[in-house]
Amino acid sequence: MDYSIKIGGEAGQGIQTIGEGLGRIFARSGYHVFSHQDYESRVRGGHNFYQLRFANHPLAASRQNMDILVALDRESITRHGQELTPKGRVIYDAAALDFSSDDPAFLAIPFEKLAQEQGGSKIMANTVATGAVLGMLGLDLDLLLKLIAALFHKKGDAVVEANRNAARAGYQFAREHGDGVSFEVAAAEGQQRLLIGGIEAIGLGALASGCTFYAAYPMTPSTGILNFLASKGKEYGVMVEQAEDEIAAINMALGASYAGLRAMTGTSGGGFALMAEGLSLAGMTETPIVIAMGQRPGPATGLPTRTEQGDLGFLLTAGHGEFPRVILAPGTAEQAFYLTNKAFELAEKYQIPVFLLFDTYLGDSQWTYDGLDLKQVSYHDYRLRGEAFGEQQDYKRYALTDSGISPLGVPGDAAHLVVVDSDEHDEEGHIIEDNATRNQMVEKRLFRKLPLIKGEMAPPKLYGEQEPRVVLVGWGSTYGVMKEAVDALAESEKIAMLHFSEIFPLPEMAPFDYRAFLDQVPLAVCIELNATGQFSRLLRAETGFEFKAVIHKYDGRPFTVEELIGEIHGHLKDI
Amino acid sequence: MVTLKTFSGPQPAWCPGCGNFAILNTFKEVMVELKLEPHQFTVVSGIGQAAKLPHYTKCNTFNGLHGRALPVATGIRLANPAMPVIVTTGDGDCYGEGGNHLLAAMRRNINVKLFVHNNQIYGLTKGQPSPTSDEGTRAKNVPGGVISQPLNPMALGVALDCGFVARSFAADMEHLKEMMKEAMSHQGLALLDILQPCITFNKVNTYKWYRERVYHLEPDYDPEDRLSAFAKALEWGERIPIGVIYRNSRPAYEEHVPVLAGGSLVQQAFDPAKIEATLQDFY
Repeated sequence: MDYSIKIGGEAGQGIQTIGEGLGRIFARSGYHVFSHQDYESRVRGGHNFYQLRFANHPLAASRQNMDILVALDRESITRHGQELTPKGRVIYDAAALDFSSDDPAFLAIPFEKLAQEQGGSKIMANTVATGAVLGMLGLDLDLLLKLIAALFHKKGDAVVEANRNAARAGYQFAREHGDGVSFEVAAAEGQQRLLIGGIEAIGLGALASGCTFYAAYPMTPSTGILNFLASKGKEYGVMVEQAEDEIAAINMALGASYAGLRAMTGTSGGGFALMAEGLSLAGMTETPIVIAMGQRPGPATGLPTRTEQGDLGFLLTAGHGEFPRVILAPGTAEQAFYLTNKAFELAEKYQIPVFLLFDTYLGDSQWTYDGLDLKQVSYHDYRLRGEAFGEQQDYKRYALTDSGISPLGVPGDAAHLVVVDSDEHDEEGHIIEDNATRNQMVEKRLFRKLPLIKGEMAPPKLYGEQEPRVVLVGWGSTYGVMKEAVDALAESEKIAMLHFSEIFPLPEMAPFDYRAFLDQVPLAVCIELNATGQFSRLLRAETGFEFKAVIHKYDGRPFTVEELIGEIHGHLKDI
Repeated sequence: MVTLKTFSGPQPAWCPGCGNFAILNTFKEVMVELKLEPHQFTVVSGIGQAAKLPHYTKCNTFNGLHGRALPVATGIRLANPAMPVIVTTGDGDCYGEGGNHLLAAMRRNINVKLFVHNNQIYGLTKGQPSPTSDEGTRAKNVPGGVISQPLNPMALGVALDCGFVARSFAADMEHLKEMMKEAMSHQGLALLDILQPCITFNKVNTYKWYRERVYHLEPDYDPEDRLSAFAKALEWGERIPIGVIYRNSRPAYEEHVPVLAGGSLVQQAFDPAKIEATLQDFY
């Protein structure tokens, strides 16, 4: 059993409400869920969809074909009608769409009329639709009724009851009129599962890491982090500030970090372009900062709400001058949670900027898990505070040390002065011009730290066949679709995935010699959602390995499993 | 015991006779009078001759990027409202490169003391016009003279309802000291524009030029009347008023932020256990 549902409609019609509601119900029932979204850069109108999949096995990507299409507009039918599986069904409101079909795959459900009759208001058409989907699948309505209570309790009993009636009406209608529906939904095999999106995982990871400062300027796909942390601000004591621009955002975060907080900013490529000088400032002043960088297709404004892995090259060299940086690129919400934590730890331990490089697809998608293991979360306070700071003799912010790491004092906590400077500086932090000090400082903040930082990077994850004939290589958000492609092809091919989520500096070869591994695989395919193969270029520059086969996609949409498999088949004949 | 010696630093790399010396000396005197120890406040600066000030005294220092002192200062204040923060900046740094941050800081009314060394010229980059250069100012890069109108920081401050808008003159050290002290005690953004002769690159707005024009605001001048403050802010040219042009009692930004109600976030203990409860929201 592996069902996919797509809810299509105009922006503002509430497709997200339906999608999120269904996802939550499936997860609470004990199914595994994966969802992703596709939307235009507009507040009303256009065509958007929300696609979710549920099954009794772990899911990591979206499929190409739908079992149920909830069409809230006619465009959903014209665009996605052909995506229907042989037994798939379209549900739609014939009156609202001014459209009807005799095709037995089409089931007209008067969402709006039922909403008005049972709930009292057309607004509840979405609740009717959600109930109808559950009815078609023959699932229990109870979870939806509970969810409605949780969502609407603040609006009063009347609203809760009206929505419940609307849900019941949709459910009943689908049960009574959905004859010939042959979805065989197996009972859920698990307990209720945690359902989490990439953005939320980053936000949670920040909270779990003791982040108490977030400044950002709104920009898709990072805005969700701003909203999430703001919603938790009071509970967790997190200062969340909407900056006047991205330049201010990163400088505010650096100010807060200097003052003694774990600070973060978030943006997308265009906003990050403005942050580049601030990044360099973090490098020079050795001020810890985490930057959540959500990629979307460029150049310039590009496709604002869509996805791409197009900014890796930019991040590798952004900021004037030479300084250490770390780039972590999670492939799932789970990785996003743990890597956000790692980002904060590394940023503070080495007093460097650390990027959490994600994309719209990862940010908007949702995964289910049994849970997140908080024991895997680290928290070390690397700052010098209070008495411990006061006890230091001759404190110097940039004291030369063997590790290159100088003591990070919290200003005001002791009589010592914390002096930082964007100019080249001496150990105390004051401006210098002499070459000897310059050399010592470059040695300290760059060369001594680099090998230590490299040693922190985890090796890429090898999944599937250990001695494969074909290996799919990728990074970041393609993790799930590559994994599912490997699973699907494993019966007929010795195939594996090599996925990098800690991508700069590239991990050492000592624990796992991935260069030697790649050399011995007959066909290594580098898969990237960009036009020029930015990761394959990085791998070649750092290891000398050159991919003979690549799959690139740059239309702003993620791969579906079938689409990627099709591309891989094209390369298999070359071995 | 805090004395002037407490704040003595290395010899400044400013031109002999620069107006910045008087500002630096007055700054030290104010810190002594306020009994602030060097570690008890932070000076944030950007780039320019004024931005070097913290290096020539003793204090916590964040000497960042050109134009970006205000966002850094805002970040420090929002992290630790117990830490007094002073920005030392110039007309190019603050009114030019950092313009948007100035607008935002005034709107927020963040409790930062903004000391702008205004010499109406770019000193560090050797003599280009600044946002406050008068129309017609000639420079190597503008041989025909400046066409744009100068920015009026006083009028801007009044227009945006900035909590404290004042002007002083580097060579009138008693007045400057009073203005710095008033700015320090103001709870909100305190803009103090300090007329500062540049003896090397500005041959027009000299000590003599300022002395002939500057006058102290009349004793009966009411800085809380916004409309008359605006009229006063527009005075420039033959007569230049110095003193507190405008002030109001808008509460500082920090006082509105619910997260800061308990005080400095820097002193807040981190409780990782809390996350367990939040995780339940995702089931």
